Amino acid sequence: MADTDTNIKRSDVPTVICDDVHIVYRVNTGGGGKGSATAALSRIVGRGKAEVSRGVRKVHAVRGVTFTAYRGEAIGLIGSNGSGKSTLLRAVAGLLPTESGKVYTDGQPSLLGVNAALMNDLTGERNVILGGLAMGMSREEVRSRYDGIVDFSGINEKGDFISLPMRTYSSGMGARLRFAIAAAKNHDVLLIDEALATGDRKFQIRSEERIRELRKEAGTVFLVSHSNKSIRDTCDRVLWLEKGQLLMDGPTDEVLRAYERETAR
Amino acid sequence: MSDTQQGGAVATSAPPSVDDGLTPAALAEKYGLSVSGARPGLFEYVRELWSRRHFILAFSSAKLTAQYSQAKLGQVWQVATPLLNALVYYLIFGLILDAGRGMTKDVYIPFLVTGIFVFTFTQSSVMAGVRAISGNLGLVRALHFPRASLPISFSLQQLQQLLFSMIVLVAIAIAFGSYPSARWLLLLPALFLQFVFNVGLAMIMARMGSKTPDLAQLMPFVMRTWMYASGVMFSIQTMLADKPAWIADILMYNPAAVYMDLIRFALIDGYGAENLPAHVWMTALAWALVFGIGGFVYFWKAEERYGRG
Repeated sequence: MADTDTNIKRSDVPTVICDDVHIVYRVNTGGGGKGSATAALSRIVGRGKAEVSRGVRKVHAVRGVTFTAYRGEAIGLIGSNGSGKSTLLRAVAGLLPTESGKVYTDGQPSLLGVNAALMNDLTGERNVILGGLAMGMSREEVRSRYDGIVDFSGINEKGDFISLPMRTYSSGMGARLRFAIAAAKNHDVLLIDEALATGDRKFQIRSEERIRELRKEAGTVFLVSHSNKSIRDTCDRVLWLEKGQLLMDGPTDEVLRAYERETAR
Repeated sequence: MSDTQQGGAVATSAPPSVDDGLTPAALAEKYGLSVSGARPGLFEYVRELWSRRHFILAFSSAKLTAQYSQAKLGQVWQVATPLLNALVYYLIFGLILDAGRGMTKDVYIPFLVTGIFVFTFTQSSVMAGVRAISGNLGLVRALHFPRASLPISFSLQQLQQLLFSMIVLVAIAIAFGSYPSARWLLLLPALFLQFVFNVGLAMIMARMGSKTPDLAQLMPFVMRTWMYASGVMFSIQTMLADKPAWIADILMYNPAAVYMDLIRFALIDGYGAENLPAHVWMTALAWALVFGIGGFVYFWKAEERYGRG
């Protein structure tokens, strides 16, 4: 690969390339606009517009985004709610198929977060193991990192909580354990979706530190956030998405200034 | 790699001049980037799945534990639920409807209970399969793993559930005079083949259910019809004695009936080989292979699309 190509600088090596990416969600609305059963039935019987009549609506979440990310970059994604930031991140991770266009990546990018794999009815202990395995760690890796995860989460600071089901945790404790599990793995291309601010002040500082560590180890970082401060602290390049389209792509200061001018109005 | 950090202000927005004019596809090609989320080849997929075996196991037993974790009796329900189930069916089919014609009580009660447990194994694998992807979309959209892990994991959960039921079953068999013998060893291949069949079926249902979640509403009726047609609570041969033979043949060679009969044959003393259709082991193997392999390939074909929902 590029390592043999000596005349190319490190940062010239692309790690993620998005080529005119479109993403469309199909949402089952359970029968379409009007909710009554007879309305749904008449839509099935009557031949309306094919997809709409079956209660499926299309949501065009990302519309033709093109960019190239290079090794060593930390890229922020900004934009109002529903502008397609998280969707784009999922497509980069290969979790959502594109409608058209392609995403090329170096290795397997991964989202920071394991919430979906954890089960509230299980003890914290078993969730640490389950979450680690779900992220693709081997059993040995999970075993060797187990103590580190539990210590980092600080769950046991107030007694032996790790052996209780997660549903008994306070929301802050749960968030801390989830973050501790998610942050236990190193990633080549790391995608972070507003996972920074969890738990109490002490834990926030600890988790921001951990994110910085992960950043250093990762080749490329993407960060979705609504906090301009954390974008400014972390990123050297920003993509501004609005209504699924790439509005601006450039150095952090430039894009954030334009974004702040727009949002202040 | 540690030397990858570049300062903040490297030429970020403007692409480096060396690669100017390259199309994105050509650029990706040049640096050996691959399409994100592309479907791996079949053998690569099997390898990925194998490397996730610990996750599959942990996920299935976690689901099983979580099932009764809020109940006061906890895991006792793993055994109590099938026992109560057997009791209800015996009350209705054994005592009220007298469906056990042609069998003594010592044969009929284990016969009925085996039928229920074994059929429930397939039934709940199918129902879990339908929701394996559509009910876990959050997981599918958050983490990377071969999606077949989910239907396999849910089938494995049902297998563990069945093993708990087997405790009840063994107790009932012994209570009605069928004692452990070498023939009980046949349980192992029979259950294994049924498991492979169930996994295949669950994978087919998982792909269909990911496109059409409505199947979760429809399948209970299909499964109930299948249950009554497979002779869970009566002997097909006895019940259909005065009908054309081909009807009974079709019913007896259907996979659910084949696996049920094999396990009854292995377990119950008074249930001899005369109750089994010809070439029964070959049939059991064929069903397992056709559905196991076919279901796997069918599921893999849509691997890259499951995140869409």
